[in-house]
Amino acid sequence: MALSPPHAAPDISVAQMDKSRVKLDVQNLDFYYGNSHSLKGVSIPFEANAVTALIGPSGCGKSTLLRTLNRMYALYPGHKATGKIMVDGEDILGPGVNLSMLRAKIGMVFQKPTPFPMSIFDNVAFGVRLYEALSKAEMADRVEESLRRAALWDEVKDKLLTSGLGLSGGQQQRLCVARCIAVKPEILLLDEPTSALDPISSAKLEETVTQLKSDYTIVIVTHNLGQAARLSKYTGFMYLGELVEFGETAEMFTKPVTTRASDYITGRFG
Amino acid sequence: MEHTVRAYDEELDAMTAELARMGGLAEAEVADAVRAIASRDTALAASVIVRDERLDGLEMEIERKAVRLIALRQPVADDLRRTVAAMKISMNLERCGDLAKNIAKRALVIAESEPVTPLTKSIERMGELVAARLKDVLDALASREVDQAVAVWAQDHEVDEHYDAIFRELLTYMMGDPRMITACAHLLFVAKNLERIGDHATNIAEILHYEMTGRDITAARPKSDSLQPSGL
Repeated sequence: MALSPPHAAPDISVAQMDKSRVKLDVQNLDFYYGNSHSLKGVSIPFEANAVTALIGPSGCGKSTLLRTLNRMYALYPGHKATGKIMVDGEDILGPGVNLSMLRAKIGMVFQKPTPFPMSIFDNVAFGVRLYEALSKAEMADRVEESLRRAALWDEVKDKLLTSGLGLSGGQQQRLCVARCIAVKPEILLLDEPTSALDPISSAKLEETVTQLKSDYTIVIVTHNLGQAARLSKYTGFMYLGELVEFGETAEMFTKPVTTRASDYITGRFG
Repeated sequence: MEHTVRAYDEELDAMTAELARMGGLAEAEVADAVRAIASRDTALAASVIVRDERLDGLEMEIERKAVRLIALRQPVADDLRRTVAAMKISMNLERCGDLAKNIAKRALVIAESEPVTPLTKSIERMGELVAARLKDVLDALASREVDQAVAVWAQDHEVDEHYDAIFRELLTYMMGDPRMITACAHLLFVAKNLERIGDHATNIAEILHYEMTGRDITAARPKSDSLQPSGL
């Protein structure tokens, strides 16, 4: 009887994706913090208009990978990335890349809310003013649109001129999402965006991400496996700087291919 | 490898142990119901009818444990497949018990009419085959041998063939002597019940295959026409 042995799991399994659907393509990426080699030959495609989750135990390199995607690491000395990160066919690790234009194209939301100490309106308008000269009416429209898309408009429309710091943690985080999408990026990087939020705020942010995915390529790093399962179409499991398994989320959470990914998502290590 | 949270393993193991207990009871119930028919043993038949209640209780207990696990532990991957499989297998075992109980009830009626010895022998052979099939699939459940589950699944047609043969045999008897119609009609239902128990064993094999491999069993071997149900 032709039966493949059930327990011969491969060490690494990276599903291939049709190149025409890939917005952001990481190829053979190595990353060094000084002498520490924290990403090892990572190759991972991110599909356009879909959410990809990166999971793995602390220190596995998922946040490092996320920060490499918009060259956030270039802010610090001694950090070095080799390999290629192709965005629309251009290698963003190459020389001559305009970092401020790159970061307008690739927005990022961090673990803890980081509103600026200014009004809600100015928080959203701040980034836009750096890149575009909009009329007052256009700016008002842009701010409203961004707040609506971040599912925050109804809660703040009557107090746009009050300080962003007066909002709740969940609202502040959605304000950061609004600020991020106001400059019309194409890619959104979310680094544990709900780790500091209560369950209801988390659910609202998840709903926001679900709404946004039709227009953006979204990469989310999360320690909440349920969140990865709910939000993403693809999941990448990282361990010790390697991408161990990458594939469709529904497959990963019902029949993971590698033993390491299986052990991690079922709670057997990490 | 064990779960970091040890209580999780304990809960999964408790559910699996309950399922094994249920399997043992169902297997004995089926074997005893067949024996009660063959040996016209009304006391044994009555004990099968009484014992079926425990099977119903165990099914509810397994479902309760599985629902609790899903609610509190949110199992994924092999844990999720194991939990869902336990629920489905317990349902199939509970049905096997119901069918065995029905056979036992008919044994009580059949014992009151004239013996139809050659026919009872055919039913006994079919019953032994079905009981063996159920035992094999429960062994596969205990040993977690996927090949063993596939073997049970692949032999599904043997039980169907037995059923078809008994059906024809019964018709012959009933046409030959109308006084035998009552007993033969009951035996026909007994054969049908046995055939259904065989189907449940096949279902369990399919569920086990998915649980252990994450793939449908139909991928294990192309289905040939001989495996199609007889339609009777």
